Formats: sequence, C-alpha cells, structure tokens
Amino acid sequence: MIDFFFLVPIAIGLGLAGLASFMWTLKNGQYDDLEGAAERILFQSSDQPGR
Amino acid sequence: MSCCAPGAEFYLLQAKAREDEILLASPPVHDGLRQTDLSVPDIHCGGCLQQIEAALHKLDGVTSARANLSTRRVSILWCGDAPPPFIPVLESIGYRAHLHDIASSRKDPALSQLLLALAVAAFASSNIMLLSVSVWSGAEPATRDLFHWISALIALPTLAYSGRVFFISAWRSLRRGRTNMDVPISVGVLLTFALSLYETIHHGPYAYFDAAVSLLFFLLIGRTLDHVMRERARQAVDGLARLSPRGALVLQPDGSRTYLPVDEIEPGMTVLLAAGERVPVDARVIKGTSELDHSLVSGESAPRPASEGAELQAGVLNLTAPLTIVATAAAKQSFLAEMTRMMEAAETGRSGYRRIADRAAQLYAPLVHSLALLTFAAWMIVGGDAHFAMTAAIAVLIITCPCALGLAVPMVHVVAARRLFENGIMIKDGSALERLGNVDTVIFDKTGTLTSGHAQLAVKGSAEADALGIAATMATHSRHPYSQALAECGLGRPQMSFDTISEYPGSGIEARRDNDVYRLGRPGWAIANRFASEAERDAAVALSVNGRSVAHFGLDDQLRAGAAEAVRQLKKSGAFVEVLSGDSDARVQKIARQLDLTWTAGARPADKIRRIEAFKQAGNKVLMVGDGLNDAPALRAADVSMAPASASDIGRTAADLVFLREDLKAIPQSITIARATAALVRQNFVLAVAYNVVAIPLAVSGEVSPLLAAIAMSLSSVTVVVNALRLGSPDQGTARSAAVQEKSLLLLEASK
Repeated sequence: MIDFFFLVPIAIGLGLAGLASFMWTLKNGQYDDLEGAAERILFQSSDQPGR
Repeated sequence: MSCCAPGAEFYLLQAKAREDEILLASPPVHDGLRQTDLSVPDIHCGGCLQQIEAALHKLDGVTSARANLSTRRVSILWCGDAPPPFIPVLESIGYRAHLHDIASSRKDPALSQLLLALAVAAFASSNIMLLSVSVWSGAEPATRDLFHWISALIALPTLAYSGRVFFISAWRSLRRGRTNMDVPISVGVLLTFALSLYETIHHGPYAYFDAAVSLLFFLLIGRTLDHVMRERARQAVDGLARLSPRGALVLQPDGSRTYLPVDEIEPGMTVLLAAGERVPVDARVIKGTSELDHSLVSGESAPRPASEGAELQAGVLNLTAPLTIVATAAAKQSFLAEMTRMMEAAETGRSGYRRIADRAAQLYAPLVHSLALLTFAAWMIVGGDAHFAMTAAIAVLIITCPCALGLAVPMVHVVAARRLFENGIMIKDGSALERLGNVDTVIFDKTGTLTSGHAQLAVKGSAEADALGIAATMATHSRHPYSQALAECGLGRPQMSFDTISEYPGSGIEARRDNDVYRLGRPGWAIANRFASEAERDAAVALSVNGRSVAHFGLDDQLRAGAAEAVRQLKKSGAFVEVLSGDSDARVQKIARQLDLTWTAGARPADKIRRIEAFKQAGNKVLMVGDGLNDAPALRAADVSMAPASASDIGRTAADLVFLREDLKAIPQSITIARATAALVRQNFVLAVAYNVVAIPLAVSGEVSPLLAAIAMSLSSVTVVVNALRLGSPDQGTARSAAVQEKSLLLLEASK
C-alpha cells in the first residue's frame, strides 16, 4: 500500500508536467504554422528558431 | 489645366498614399516597433519562406520578418517613421503581396480555450482510465476506494474547466426554453459524476468517473475540429486582397493633403481620387473627367463616363483619370452601409433554420430522459430499492449519452470541409453544408460571377493586319484595365518599336514613329476623321494612325471558365437555374441565351431580394451566387450563398461559401459534396441509434458495469468517425463528380 503514496503522485505529476508543457507550447505560438515548421527543418538558417 | 501635369503629380501622390495606407494598417507594438501583416498568396514551400525572410531582413528598419506557410502570411516588425518598401521588394522577387488587417489575423481566443479544455480533458481521462484499469482488473476494496477518490479529485476540476463549454451552451438554450445537444450531455455528465461520488463515499464497487471524463474528451474533439474548420475558412477568406478602400487622400482647406481613414471622412471634405482607386464614400465630382467601373456596385459591366457634377456611389472604381470629389455622405450613411442594413434585414428570414444535430437533440433529449425516469419508476415498483433503481436510471443516461451523436455531424463536416478546401472552396460553417445539400434552385449574378470580372476586349468589325500588334505594344505602357486586357490579347505577336510613347490620362496613349502619330484610346480623342462610322464612335477603344481609324475594340463579356459545364451539371442534377443581374437587358440576355437560361435584368438590390423571396415562398431552396456590393443583401436572403474570391469584401463576408479558383464548376462540385455529406450524416445517426437499441436494454436491466460503458462508448465513437472518413475516399459519394471531372478532361483534350 505504501508504494501508492510514491507511485500515484509520480504518475499524476508526470501527466501534469506534460499538460503544462503543452499549454506552454500553445501559448508560445508553436502550432501557428505547422506546415512551415515541417519545411523549415530542411533549411540551414542563420537566425535563432522561435518567434 | 494642362492634360499631362496633373497625372504625373497624382501618380507621385498615389505612391505616397500607399505608404500612408501601410502606416494606417500597422499598429505600434512595443519599443517604437510597428507590426505589419502582409498576405502573400504565392508562398508554397519552405524555399519561399527562406527567400522572403532573407529579402525582408536586408531592408533598413526591419527588425524581424516571419513568414507563415499555413496561412500564407508574412508578419514584419519594423521601426522608423516611414514603412520600408516591403511590397515592392516582395514583388521584385516574384511574390504578390497585399496588406492584411492585423485585427482579423489576431489569434482566435475561442480556439485556444477549446484546445486548453481538450488538453485538460485528455490528461484527466488518460489518468483516470489508468486508475480504472487497475480497479477493473480486481483491486482490493481499500485500494479501489483510494483510486476512486483520486479519480474524483482529478475529475472534479476537469468537469469545472473542460465541461464549461457544454454547460454554458446548455444553460443558454434552456433559459430560452429550448433544448440542444448540450442539454443531455450536461445532464448525463453531471448525474454520472454525482452518482460516482455517492458510490465512492459509500465504498461502492462501481464508479463512472472515467465515463464522465472521456465523454467530455471525445465531444471536445468534435467541437474543436468543427471550430478549426470554420477558422481555416475564415482565415483563407481574410487573406484575399481587400477591395474596399482603407482611406483616402483628403485635401484640407489650407491646401495640405492628409491620408484619412474612411471612417473619418465627413460630408463636405474634398478627396483626391487617383486612377485605379475606389470611391471611399458617396461623393460628387467637382473637377476632372474620367470613366468609372460600376461592376462591383451595380453589376453593369460597361464603364460609365463621369464629369463635373456626377454623383458617385462608394465602391465605384475610378479607371482613367484623377478626379477631385467632394464627399456627400459619411461612411456610415454611404451606399455600403445601406447594403449592410439590407443584409441585416434579410438575415432575419434565415434564422429559422435549425441544424440537424439540434433537431435530433430535440427528439432525443426528452426520449432519453423519460426512458431514464421510466427505468427508475419501474425498478422502484418492482424491487423498491432506491439505490439500485437510481443506478440503473443513470446507467441509461451514461449509455445513451450522445457521444456518437456529438461526433456524428462534426466529423463528417470536417472531412467534407477538407474535400472542399482541396477544391479551392472555403465553407464558413457546418450548417451551410446542410443547407447546400437541399438546394434545388440556383440563381447567378452576371457580372463578375458568370462572366469573369476583368475587362475583356475584342476586335469589332474589320481591323488592319498588324493593328493588334501595334495596339498591344502601346497598351503595355499603361496600367489602365483596358490596356492590360489589350496587352494580354497581343502576347506573342510581333512587337513594334516607337520613338516616344506618352499616356494622356482620361484619353489614351500616344506613340510616335518617324512622322506617324499613333493614338490608342477614347474614339473621340483618337479618331480625327469626322466621317468615322457609328460603330467606331461607340467602341470602347480605338486605334488610329494620324487620326485615321485602323481598328476598334469593344467590351466583351467573357464567360468564366467552366460556366457552361457548371450550368449543364446543375440542370442535370435537377436544379432550376436563373440569371439575376443589375446590368442592362441586352447584355444579360446575350449571356443567358448562351447558357440557355431564363433571366431578369436591371434588378436593384431590393428587386433581387424580392425575387429570391418569391422562390422561397414557393417552397424552393435557393442558392445565390454573386459577387458585387449590390448582391450582398441577396446573398444573405437566399438559403445558402456562394461568392467568387474576386467578389467585393462585403459580398465575401455575406456568402457562406467562397470559391478561390476561377472555374465555376466549383458550384456543382460543392453541391455534390454537400449531398454526399448529408447522406453520411444520416447514416451516422442510424449507426448511433442502432447502437443505442442494443445497449439500452442492458442499461435498463441494470447490467452495465463501468467497463462495459467504456467499451460501448469508445466503439460507437470509433464507428462514427470511421464512417465519416469514408467521405474522403474517392469511391464514396464523390465517384460521380470524379467521373464527371474525368469526362470533362477527356472532352477538353479532344477539343484540342
């Protein structure tokens, strides 16, 4: 029984971390141009990725 | 006033005004930076992105440029007082670009909210499902209770956050005394949660938290897809070049010139209107003579001359020479505003349409709820155990919860919207697709819809051999729409070289070679010969050598590509087709005869609405296809409407569907897709009902465990989704249109 007190919070914590990172990527505009992102990896660009 | 100087002056001003327009459309963001959004329809690969960004980065003042392939847009941050020359730079590397309103490209808050709600529901349902699997595989009572409590802890905030979407909509419709699909969903989810919480508190073996949360998850998928579809259409339509003016160059009393937004132009202000600009508000000409294109406003395809004293309606395009006009009405009282008011009035006739999902909900909700009540009553009478009766009643609600029904319609619509999108047709919402499927009467506007919007010139009468080549060469030196049409005609013909070429705004082009003077333009200006024939005097454009007419050209209404084929297909599918135009009777008759259609000519906006109302009164479902400002109220009055991408801004806004390609076959194509969609939606409903017929007896008898409920729900949803995807494959529903396409391709090849 004592295992649950570690494992369950860890499992839910990992899930929450995934949820939080999704929310961050959404707010950060990373889904604004999905087609463009797929094409951009083919080019070596000098500038930084992101906005 | 000399004939040349004001023209040159105006061209300089026009370039300046363009810069002012960019400034007007570029709000400051932060640190003195301004953001400009450009719509660049030709972006089509990663290479384009690189090229565009590199070219813009080289400009002084540009701090960042980011191109977007999905929306075909470029967003530029820049600093300084005057905007860097973005548009010329992009044009020099081969991309057409036009200003895009930042306001309309802002991120859509509703979509972000839906996505967040979806993400939360996904997180919650996967975690609760994980815990539920351990319970189903036979956990000890103590462990089971612990897992039920954890599930409840996850489910409660999820219902509060993700469930809001449904609860708010259900509450709104209940308050108005109606039911929609969200009412049974909300009731089902909330009761399921309440029962599970009760069970958890009393150490019961069954809790349905997973059912409640995964139901939200599935339904949110449908909701989000539906929204994405509409959003994509809206963005594509917004990306089209804006045709109504953003502002105008106003001559202040002190002689200075300022570029003012349309809203700030007041009656009495003097406006300088360059050739190629649209009249911003209703106005009267006080200086200058020009020709004006009324095609977007009244449907007339032939340009009309205007001189001092002429009254102009907002939206009319000035073709040949600069005009000085004085505003007679503010933007709010202009012709455009009047059309908007008529549109709103026409709109009320349409709100009577109820979406198929809502109609289903109207039947479905009372049925399911009374079934649950009956179950409860029956078990009370038979056994008298309130707890068991309650469980069975709620099991009925869980099992029948319209998961499949909630996905049945949006899934098919999303797949259909994708098919339309591939064919260059944008649809604004799902209900338009339902309405389109019922259409039995199609009404076309003429100018800009059945005929292509731009001027087409054809040689009238006889012309001397190399006249067309001469005309084409001269025409390349002017931006007048007639000149561009002529230049297009002469592509590939031998070019001529001239010593000098000069343009006289309002009259035409004059070229000299050796001792000969060539004139291309208004017949009265070009032809000095007093004995010119009637036909030559009435022509749109004449070409003369030393005052002697050698060729004259008339305006020709050219049918849009695929018009004949589209009309034939529509008639074959049993629809009644008619032309309804504001143009003169002779022109309308000519086009209607070519297509073998009935027609009404000289129709004003109110007449168009009346005609459509008459059809609707007779029980017909009307599709209106039109483009102009004058069509906008009619587009709203019809059951469903389509507009070409070249339509006026207001026409595109009013229409339910916008087709981006030139070809009119988009119309029969979209009707075919809409009919296939309606068939699939009906099938999906049958599937969902069939599943209920099997599952309800189990629920009524109280035999449903949470595991069974979860399996049933997933199965029914997957079935409905898979069935919807059949629309995407060419062998379903679309086979007919594919066959027609192939046939027309064969015909085309044969005709070559």
